[in-house]
Amino acid sequence: MKKSELIERVAKAHTGLVRAEAEAVVNIIFQSIAEALARGERVELRGLGVFTAKARRPRRARNPKTGEEVLVPARRVPHFRPSKELLKRVNGKGER
Amino acid sequence: MTKADLVEAVHARVGLSKKESAELVQFVLEEIKRALARGEGVKISGFGHFMVLERAARVGRNPKTGEEIRIAPRKAVVFRPSPVLRRRVEGDEA
Repeated sequence: MKKSELIERVAKAHTGLVRAEAEAVVNIIFQSIAEALARGERVELRGLGVFTAKARRPRRARNPKTGEEVLVPARRVPHFRPSKELLKRVNGKGER
Repeated sequence: MTKADLVEAVHARVGLSKKESAELVQFVLEEIKRALARGEGVKISGFGHFMVLERAARVGRNPKTGEEIRIAPRKAVVFRPSPVLRRRVEGDEA
């Protein structure tokens, strides 16, 4: 399923909504999560999972082409941990 | 941030009622879970890709007793952030 299909489903299931509103709803949900992660905040969505911005320490790496050593600075990386409930559903246990 | 904050964002930025916003946020999250439960990935451009991956059976060990146990094959959910999201989250230090 891609974003346009998700928007389609939202619009179909909520007849009072025009398509542009369905699109705005979906966009704002993911935008809000991205903004929170950019602030370094964790996003906890019950039943789905938890998004966090994980800290990565600075490290030395090598440019594989030139062999030159470069310093990769400390940074944050988005991470998602699925909830137990979601994993159960994905594995065919519990509610579908 | 929790679901309540997403509801508030939808309410404030789309201008729908709190009740409608809550229903819609719930619906969107539920659709994502339903797709994953079907074994279908969810690809959100500019955000990331939720994938269902098969994990092979393996032999594990109970760390307390040292006893060997067989771990059955199972499915895992993996999120691959899009380059756009990675850049936004990287931080100023980067």
